[in-house]
Parts: sequence; structure tokens; C-alpha cells
Amino acid sequence: MLKIENLHARVEEKEILKGINLEVKPGEVHAIMGPNGSGKSTLASVIAGREDFEVTEGSISLSGEDLGALDPEERAHAGVFLSFQYPVEIPGVTVTNFIKAAINESRKAKGLEDMPANEMLSKIREKSSLLEIDRKFLSRSLNEGFSGGEKKRNEIFQMAMLEPKLAILDETDSGLDIDALRIVANGVNKLRNKDNAIVVITHYQRLLDYIVPDHVHVLYNGRIVKSGTKELAFELEEKGYDWIKAENE
Amino acid sequence: MCLTIQTRNVLADVEKVFHSNQLRETMAYTEEELKKELETKEYEYGFYTDIESDTLPKGLNEDIVRAISQKKEEPEWMTTWRLEAFAQWKKMEEPEWANVHYEKPNFQDISYYSAPNKKPKYDSLDEVDPELLDTFKKLGISIDEQKKLAGVAVDIVMDSVSVATTFKKTLAEKGIIFCSISEAIKEHPELVKKYIGSVVPAKDNFYAALNSAVFSDGSFCYIPKGVRCPMELSTYFRINQAGTGQFERTLVIADQGSYVSYLEGCTAPSRDENQLHAAVVELIALDDAEIKYSTVQNWFPGNKEGKGGVFNFVTKRGLCERSAKISWTQVETGSAVTWKYPSCILKGDHSVGEFYSIAVTNNFQQADTGTKMVHLGKNTKSTIISKGISAGKSQNSYRGLVQIGPRAENARNFSQCDSLLMGNECGAHTFPYIEAKNKSAQIEHEATTSKIGEDQIFYCNQRGIETEKAIALIVNGFSKEVLNKLPMEFAVEAQKLLEISLEGSVG
Repeated sequence: MLKIENLHARVEEKEILKGINLEVKPGEVHAIMGPNGSGKSTLASVIAGREDFEVTEGSISLSGEDLGALDPEERAHAGVFLSFQYPVEIPGVTVTNFIKAAINESRKAKGLEDMPANEMLSKIREKSSLLEIDRKFLSRSLNEGFSGGEKKRNEIFQMAMLEPKLAILDETDSGLDIDALRIVANGVNKLRNKDNAIVVITHYQRLLDYIVPDHVHVLYNGRIVKSGTKELAFELEEKGYDWIKAENE
Repeated sequence: MCLTIQTRNVLADVEKVFHSNQLRETMAYTEEELKKELETKEYEYGFYTDIESDTLPKGLNEDIVRAISQKKEEPEWMTTWRLEAFAQWKKMEEPEWANVHYEKPNFQDISYYSAPNKKPKYDSLDEVDPELLDTFKKLGISIDEQKKLAGVAVDIVMDSVSVATTFKKTLAEKGIIFCSISEAIKEHPELVKKYIGSVVPAKDNFYAALNSAVFSDGSFCYIPKGVRCPMELSTYFRINQAGTGQFERTLVIADQGSYVSYLEGCTAPSRDENQLHAAVVELIALDDAEIKYSTVQNWFPGNKEGKGGVFNFVTKRGLCERSAKISWTQVETGSAVTWKYPSCILKGDHSVGEFYSIAVTNNFQQADTGTKMVHLGKNTKSTIISKGISAGKSQNSYRGLVQIGPRAENARNFSQCDSLLMGNECGAHTFPYIEAKNKSAQIEHEATTSKIGEDQIFYCNQRGIETEKAIALIVNGFSKEVLNKLPMEFAVEAQKLLEISLEGSVG
């Protein structure tokens, strides 16, 4: 599904990604771990097409389609979803209105009519009850005054509504207490299926107790320096990142 | 006898723009092409209708004032009133306190009267000047639509003379008078004489004095006691002739316990020279009456280098008697320079004043706009919600005065001024003035400034929403409290205008 080959990217003069190779197959969950500043969030942004980063070498493709030349919204239409580490506020735009715009824009890009209101409504009902989201929440302004847990839950709600092929969860556990973490992780698990793929970017192993990955990769200094199964995450938790750093100096 | 004009004339044209916009999206233009298109597109109302018109020579003196009055076949008292206003104006100086910079108009280089030559009295559409009909077509008003139109009466002021008024009959049955001010001067002199200048006296300010001396036409509306006007009344203004100023005068009187919702829309052709627009609007809400006055202003803002555009110097004020209510709602996207403060004099006890405003400035536009709420009566209440959106190199200022008189026990005001900035070269300014002479007053003021961030845009992009649409979404969210106050069809129009005014302003 997702294929990244020899990806190099920089911001201004600083090279951050220095040759990433990664393949994620449908139905798989991959975790990308690593110390601060190793390039995890950059990788997420580059896949989503953020223009602050310049791709200098390599390629990213989704189901065989090269994403390199696509704008961020076109990548979204192709099935890329990024759950943001810091979701932004858009005052005056309700969660419902926002998701409606997002769905209809994607449909428009595919040459489809707007989703009929009743279909939209029943989909919103279905997904909000799946994720145990109070309906009142949906008429609040997007992320405005949301707690950390609400923001992340809102991200997962959008993921449920948009049904992407590839979901990248960037530090979805940051800022969550253990209860919120469990709720968000349960939501993600409910959305897993054999046709989509999930990349979980995290600092800590604890999220992986709930979202169990098929593969774990360690990103350090712009490269994937170690890959393994979920046991690798436990090893990292135990030994810390110094172990990786020492190996790669 | 009258011409039926679609109220959503502005909307229709806007929709055309909007359709071409959607076309653009589906064709996946590059950013370069988009920029080019925006540059050439700019102001779509910029066509000029070549109708034979009867224009007075440029310049202003007593003779011109007399000539205007004479051309309009006005009674002696009106001529005298104009001459007195002119005498006041000569003694006054153009105000300089506003946060706007522009080359002052040469008042001797303006023609103060330009009327379409054919007399504006038609028995059927066939008699209307075909060029004029063509103009209406460009504005997207189809005749067929006009015929089946229901629910809105329109009075069009194109270059100063009111060309058509509709639905007079339906209104007349309720005793409602809705006509051009010229007609009102002739047909209803007792009402005009009593109320004109009663809220905005001729000597009120420089532009009001000028308007009082030379106003060429405008609208007049009277709602009798206890009558609820069954439709939205609408006036549509357009400046056409080169080198002319438009000085329209609007007078709305809501008698005791009556209600009226009044809409006002504006466009002007694009020209290199600046065009002057100095209007006066007076509202009188007698005991228990309510007036809702909504404006969507889309005068030509000048080109992207800041050349041309309309100078919009307008005095709008309403007087509330006991338990009366006046609401001003405005969406301002046009004009090169705007100087405008729709105000409420809350004279009667328990009266209510409201001001809801969205002011958008782009490129080199400058707006200094806000309101005055003057609390004189007891238990008077006012609300001010102002949303300023600045893009390009524009400057957007809110200026508001909340004044509580010594007799105004328990007066309350709530003001909220929010500014949204796009890019790094524009400015947003807030000048709130509060003068309270009664200790029981409760006054609240909130202000925020925010910026459309790249983060917000990227977030929307990531969800599949392209940039222009994302800006529209963010701006609409920001303006929601005010958009909600507009009558339905106007709100849709206003939303689209916001989108168009801000196209290409980010990225």
C-alpha cells in the first residue's frame, strides 16, 4: 500500500530525512519510534505533503500512485489521512460542518455529487456511536476549547468518517491521560481492517499496549536504523534510546 | 407601470463568478494560472452602461444646488433646505481624524447630477431603455425571474434617479409607502418635511451637509402604525456615469408598533478615477417599532495597485423611541476608502440598538468603520459585534463609541471586536471609545486578533479541502455571528462575496 524509497527531505538547508525506506501492506499496523528530533513528525508531514519540507530525493507512493507531485488535498483524496499531534482550532466552524466540507470536497474530486444530507447524518450517527462520542460534541467549534483527549478523539472521528486507505497517527498519545488513551486506541482498533493500513508514530511504548503493531521501526537521525516485531518496542522501553544512539554513533 | 427587479441581482452575478470558480477547481489550474485569472477577473461588475444621460456641468455652487432641486421639480421648502445645507457645508472642513489616507476629492470636479435621460416611468418592460435592460442582464437579473419573483420589492437607484419601484400595490394595501425620495417629497411632503434631517441634521458633518445640499435621489419608506411589512424591502444602488458622485438619501420611518426589514445592495463600474459616494440614511423607529437594516456593500474597491475605487463616506443613523429597536447589519467588501458608522440614538426608555458588521479589506483598501451607540433613555441596551478581515496591504479599523447619558439608568452595552489577518502586510486597528455619565451603566468590551495560519490551511488541505475553500470556511466561521443576522438570501450572497473578495489572498 504505502511504499517509501530512499526518501530524503530537508527544511531550508537542514536535511532531516536521510534515506527512508518503508513498505506498509494493507491490513498492517506499523509503529515508528525514536527519540525527539529523529525526524518522526517530519516523515508524517512529508507523506501528507506539507510544503515546508522539500523532498530532495526518493519517492512515496500509495497503492502504486506516486504522491510526489500531488498537493496535500490531492493526497487526502487519494486516501492519506494524518491525525495531527497538535490539531488546530477553527473558530465558528462546527465539527459537523468541517467534516461535511471534507467529505464533499473529496467526493467532488472524484466527480461525485455532495453526499445527501440524510446519508451524511446517518454516517455521523454511526461513527460517533462507534467511537462513543457525545453528539453535542459535534456542534462545537472545531477544536476550540477542546481538552487534549477531545482533540485526539475528534481526529479519530474524522478518520472514521473519511475512511482513508492509510492513516498516520502522529503522537496521538501525547497529552492524553490513561483513560483518554484507552478510548482513542479502542477507536483506532475498531477502524482497523484488512484493506487499510495504519502508521503509528510514538515516543513511548504505552500506546502500543493498546494498538498492537505488526512491525516496529526505530527512526534515528533521519534513518530507520532498526526494524522488528512488537518485542522491539519493549526492548526500547527497557533500554531507552541511548542504546540506539550508542549503536549509531 | 413598474419594472420588476429581482432582489438577488447581486447574487446572480456573484453566482456566475462562483460557477467559473468551480470550473476552475475541476480543471486543476496551477497556482500561476490562478493568480493570472484573479488579476484579470478582479471586479466583475466593472462594466459601464452607455445610456444617454442628463448630466449637470461639474462643480458646486448655489446655482447647481438650485438646478438639482429644479430638475427634480421640488417644492420651495426643499430648495431652501438644500441651500441652507450648502451654506453650512461651505463653512465646514473635510474630517481628518479617521485612520485612512487618500487624496481628497476635488469637489469642484464632480458632476452632482446625472439622470438617465428617458423618464423613469414605464408601463411595461418594452418601454425601458434597452441599454438599461442590458445592464440588468449583466447583473444577472432575468426578466422571467423578475416576473415570477415574489416577496421582495426593489427600488433601484442607478446614477441618482430611482428607475423603478415594484410591489407598490401589495404594499399600498397595507398603507406602506415605499418609493423614491423624490417622489416622497412631492407626494408625502408632510412626512418628509417632518423627518428629513431630524436624525442626521444637515450640519452633522461635512459629508452629510454635502449630501443634504445635493442629494439626487434615494429611497423613502413609511410603515404605518402596527403594520408588519410583509416582505423585505430592498434598494439597489449603482454608480454608472464617469466623474459623478452618488449622493443618495434614504429615509425610513417605522410608526408605532410596526416592523420592517430593509436591504441595501451596492455595486459600481470599475474606473481609474475615484468615485465619490456620500450617502445619508436616517431611520426613525417610533414607540415599539423595529427596523432591521441590512447592507451588502460591494462598491468597486480599486484595482490591485490601489488605483481607482469608490470613496464611501456615509452617515447612517437611527433614532429609537420608547421600546423601539434598530438593528444595523452590514457586510462591507468593497470601496477603496470606507468611512461609515451606522449608529443608534437610544432616546426612548427600554430601546435597543444593535450593530453587526463584517468589514473585509484586501489589496490597498482602507476601512474605518464602526458604530455609535448613544444611550439616553433608561434601561436601554446595545450590542456591537464587529468582525474585521484584512488581507493584502489593506488597513481595517474599527471605531466605536458607547455613550451613556446621565439620565440613562441601567444602560447596558456589550461590544465584541474581532480581527482576522491574512498575510503580513495588512493592518487591523481598534479604537473603542466609552463615555459613561451614569454610574449604573454596565459596559463590556471584548476584542481579539487572530491570523489565518498556514497550520489551519494545511489542516484543511490534509482533510481534502483545497486552499481557497479552506479560507472561505475559516472566514465564514469567523463571521458566523454576523452572517446569522442577515436575512436568508442575503446571507448566502454575503458568504459568496466574502469568498470572492478574499480569493488569492493567501499563498
